[in-house]
Amino acid sequence: MVRVCQSTIIDAPIDEVWAILRDFNGHDRWHPAIAFSEIEGSEPVDAVGSVRHFRLNDGGELREQLLALSDKDRRLSYCLLEAPLPLMGYVASLRLKPVTDGDATFWEWRSEFNPPAHRRDELVKLVTEGIYQAGFAAVRALLRRNAGAPLEARSSPAIVPPASSASAPLVTSRAAASHAETTHAIVVERYGGPEELQLRDFALPLPAPDEVRIRHTVIGVNFIDVYCRTGFFDLLQPPGVPGMEAAGVIEAVGPAVSGFSIGDRVAYACPPVGAYSERRNMAPELLVRLSDDISDETAAAGLLKGVAASFLLHDVHAVKTGDIVLIHAAAGGIGQLLVQWARHLGATVIATVSSDDKARIVERLGAHHVIVYSRDNFAEAVMRLTGGRGANVAYDAVGNDTFAGSLAALAVRGHLVSFGQASGPVGNWDIGRFASKSITVSRPNYAHYTDTSEKLGTHVTRFFQALRQGVIRVETPTHYDLADAARAHRDLEDRRTTGALVLVPRA
Amino acid sequence: MTKVYVSSVIPAPAAEVWKIVRNFNGLAGWAPFVAESRIEQNAQADQIGCIRNFTLKDGGRIRERLLALSDYDLSCSYAILESPMAVENYVATLSLTPITDGNLTLAEWQAEFDCADDREAALMQQIGNGVFQTAFTALKHRFGR
Repeated sequence: MVRVCQSTIIDAPIDEVWAILRDFNGHDRWHPAIAFSEIEGSEPVDAVGSVRHFRLNDGGELREQLLALSDKDRRLSYCLLEAPLPLMGYVASLRLKPVTDGDATFWEWRSEFNPPAHRRDELVKLVTEGIYQAGFAAVRALLRRNAGAPLEARSSPAIVPPASSASAPLVTSRAAASHAETTHAIVVERYGGPEELQLRDFALPLPAPDEVRIRHTVIGVNFIDVYCRTGFFDLLQPPGVPGMEAAGVIEAVGPAVSGFSIGDRVAYACPPVGAYSERRNMAPELLVRLSDDISDETAAAGLLKGVAASFLLHDVHAVKTGDIVLIHAAAGGIGQLLVQWARHLGATVIATVSSDDKARIVERLGAHHVIVYSRDNFAEAVMRLTGGRGANVAYDAVGNDTFAGSLAALAVRGHLVSFGQASGPVGNWDIGRFASKSITVSRPNYAHYTDTSEKLGTHVTRFFQALRQGVIRVETPTHYDLADAARAHRDLEDRRTTGALVLVPRA
Repeated sequence: MTKVYVSSVIPAPAAEVWKIVRNFNGLAGWAPFVAESRIEQNAQADQIGCIRNFTLKDGGRIRERLLALSDYDLSCSYAILESPMAVENYVATLSLTPITDGNLTLAEWQAEFDCADDREAALMQQIGNGVFQTAFTALKHRFGR
């Protein structure tokens, strides 16, 4: 009997790592040795006893059975049933532990097996390096890649200017010191917990010829800012200033800029990071001009979510009168806007939420039916509510927990819009099965609908019009001092908040 | 029952960290808030059941009984007998786990206790942050980080 034990620290919160590892059939999405994996029969992937049948890149086929799965201890055990190698009696388990000091994750992967004596060293090395160490590296890479995806996340590199443009106030001040002013800004000196958000004073140079300087009045706080702080996304390179959404007033205009003047009220919801500051310089291409009837607070709290709701309901799928629309996480930021707006477009809105408190919020917003999905099977409920017809479109940013149910809840020729994966990746699906209802699936990315001023302008105009007409309402956000950004992040991460969070620089 | 859990990565091999934390009478040597410590009744510091009696730099006195010590699991459990904190049934465990990648150590410290409801948040902060995390931070510095 030999024992192999490998362990490492992954620089991500434990829930994010567990969301990847708990999926017994998900290893083909991250492990470099595995080409394809499926669960035998129709067992759920988290049913103890289920068997995964997978193929390696070298063609070898293996079967492994899930022996134990614990969301409480974040531990998973499995054994090998069939393999092309003599890993006799191979039983393995992996477990995670939280590292509270820095919000990271300890991951241990161990196994016992009986190799033939003459192949012992070779097989121990294979398991240690080829499976476990390679797996550690692959999950790190996946977490970094996840940082490159969709709405709830980040934008495509196409609209991230090169680092050298340094529009955000950087810790190293630029040359023109004689003209420099200072600004307060929240700086992340190194990736880590909320305590890394420190208020500092910096020299802010004059704007470059193609930049404007904005004095922020209200700054939006989004979950993506947390990912930037922890290093989960590399949109922020320490030392740097986080934040991608704000409203304010133009204070200075570079000589090559046209179309903006000092005193203009503007807002933005885009990279590069740098919004957690009293003032910043930035390129004006994606700035949105604010009219008098749109408050700074509404813009800072709602622009990103409103733009997303606009293209989801009009472009990704054009919702029309009589449509049945299923909206998950309907009490969340985008969810609240989708419910109100879809109803206005004439749709019958079926919303899902996780608790009765949230159900009441969503009912007040005008949802026709609200399902508490932790209690009721929402796919069955949708079929019941629609007389067996199903939903024409489902908006699903929950991901892993709801994807299968969303498919089941669709009508013939229904459309599943998957725009996030808060509960984890949705896994592999055989698209041949979609033929049973002629299903369409979309996976939109915020950047592809907003990365030019023309594209963005359409949605901004539509969003502001909807606000003006009272079609949608952005709830009053919770205010924090800019200096208190760390507390805002703590509250956001602890899910202690409802509605949007904003930071306000002290006058 | 209230639970507190704190964990940290110590930049040294587990065997070296264990040499320090294994000593039930050694807190004064690494925990910055402990002034001096002795084992009552001339017992050995690794004798299960022995009592350490130590004073804090703020003057408080704490008596704790060693409940379990494992050189195999690298873990140590103890109960508070007397302390200035208003806690009852306080049992804590400090344990180490090797991190093979980089030859580091995962250190975990957890406690369970009963207390008055209105004291719970303050005690969790005091124990989790003021004691466990402070000691881990000192341990990290000791190994040069």
